[in-house]
Amino acid sequence: MKFRGKAWKFGDDVDTDAIIPARYLNTSDPEELARYCMEDADPQFVQKISKGDFIVGGKNFGCGSSREHAPIAIKHAGISAVIAGSFARIFYRNAFNTGLPILECEAAVAGIDTGDELEVDLDTGTIINLTKSETYQAEPIPEFMQTLLRAGGLIPYVKQKLSQETQP
Amino acid sequence: MPSTIAEKILAAHTPGRGNVRPGELIEADLDFVFANDITAPLAIAAFREIGAKEVFDPERVALIPDHFVPNKDIQSAAQAQIMRRFAMEMGIANYFEVGRGGVEHALLPELGLVLPGDLIIGADSHTCTYGALGAFAAGVGSTDLGAAMATGKAWFKVPPSIKFVFSGKRRPWVGGKDLILYTIGQIGVDGARYKAMEFTGPVIEALPMDDRFTISNMAVEAGAKTGIIPPDEITSAYVESRAKRDYQFYHSDPDAQYEAIYDWDISGLEPQVACPHSPENVKPVGELGDIRIDQAVIGSCTNGRIEDLRVAARVLKGRKAAPQVRLIILPATQAIYQQALHEGLIEIFLDAEAVVSTPTCGPCLGGHMGILAQGERAISTTNRNFVGRMGHPESEVYLASPAVAAASAVLGRIGHPDEL
Repeated sequence: MKFRGKAWKFGDDVDTDAIIPARYLNTSDPEELARYCMEDADPQFVQKISKGDFIVGGKNFGCGSSREHAPIAIKHAGISAVIAGSFARIFYRNAFNTGLPILECEAAVAGIDTGDELEVDLDTGTIINLTKSETYQAEPIPEFMQTLLRAGGLIPYVKQKLSQETQP
Repeated sequence: MPSTIAEKILAAHTPGRGNVRPGELIEADLDFVFANDITAPLAIAAFREIGAKEVFDPERVALIPDHFVPNKDIQSAAQAQIMRRFAMEMGIANYFEVGRGGVEHALLPELGLVLPGDLIIGADSHTCTYGALGAFAAGVGSTDLGAAMATGKAWFKVPPSIKFVFSGKRRPWVGGKDLILYTIGQIGVDGARYKAMEFTGPVIEALPMDDRFTISNMAVEAGAKTGIIPPDEITSAYVESRAKRDYQFYHSDPDAQYEAIYDWDISGLEPQVACPHSPENVKPVGELGDIRIDQAVIGSCTNGRIEDLRVAARVLKGRKAAPQVRLIILPATQAIYQQALHEGLIEIFLDAEAVVSTPTCGPCLGGHMGILAQGERAISTTNRNFVGRMGHPESEVYLASPAVAAASAVLGRIGHPDEL
């Protein structure tokens, strides 16, 4: 799967309160959550981005709460993938479970600036910076996570397993 | 094969496995799973999508309204209603309505529903709190929880462990909160990312249960998957009368492998404060200077237990909050609230001109019951001080112990109880 779009860069330790403040957690509606994506880090973020763009963060992206509303808000705001130096563990699980592609790549984080045009190949983990004519190679997605992604996320994966168990 | 307590608990829950190693992916059987009024609606949606008709074991699932309750608006009432109806439909006895429960991470141990040796997941990041009982407990998202409600299983990557050894003698007013804030200050908010923390040493062995819960509670603030304290006589005394089922104590082998070992003598440690906007931005209270506050909050899954309220009452007895300070005290469960009432603590708080409210997460995550306006500043016994955590993006939260929060409420600025 390939995506193309602009990079929007944030710093280290972007927390889930920055991604979707708790004052908006009185709903689970993805479109409603998407309206407030990254509001406390950049109040105009949702207005500025275009469909397919990327969020680029530093280390420990998504730290803090377990709210799955965070990857949901990012995905439904139109962001195609998040590239970061590293991800907080609950966010990492939640992103795969909800189908938000994420890539770990410190070189990309060091090279990319806001506004750079990127082309990202999820299958190979290759990130091409078209603005700067640079290529970065992300950590390959672990095999088990690929199994989850191939199944279409955790829910289809569990569905498959449950139907196998009930078969005689 | 020598193993840590985290590895032993995971191995014991993985069918057909005598031991597990860091980095391995396992599918393990869960002892207990739960969600709250924010995370349950999405988990229930995932559960339905799987096509599940019943939960794997109605005795081992809990649903706890605590974040936006008593409901703050129509939307949050609708979210709580989804959970309430699901609990009834599934015959989940461990549903704790407003007035019968409290904040999840104080309530579940109090009722003996989570126990030593358990493998627990909860759709809340502070699920790691139960590590204080010698359990492996990790926060997950709603989808993981929805699947686990159906199957009683979850996948885990076995984490490497980091050991923390605390020795020396605690100074007056230094408790669990100061130890964990100091730890996060030393290793940073990603210092234990994807790892199991293990808190040991003579200081931990002498620490009361409530302080231990505070320490394990904030393991996630260092990025950890769980934060375990080896179970001992203090653990036994706490769980014996509460346990609803069998439990088991596990201990790390002396030659178990750790990714790192930190050895700290805390004899000189002052009460610690995490400054805005990160739990790793930690300083001794004496180094803060003149930081005026508008609000002080004492409560939450971190510091809303009876011992926390006793400490706050010791500081507040015969004193009043400074005129410009709003002091908000939230006992974490209904039982803690009653205990505080019996012990006369509530009277001390009211005399100090505090508001004492029903158990709720409320202000900790900027939900309700004490939201900050632009430019306002709070000291709080909660666990996070991110931008906008307690209200306006241009408000500030300082994290501290109940002793420091209570003293600061009286002083009108952040200070040490000895300054009173």
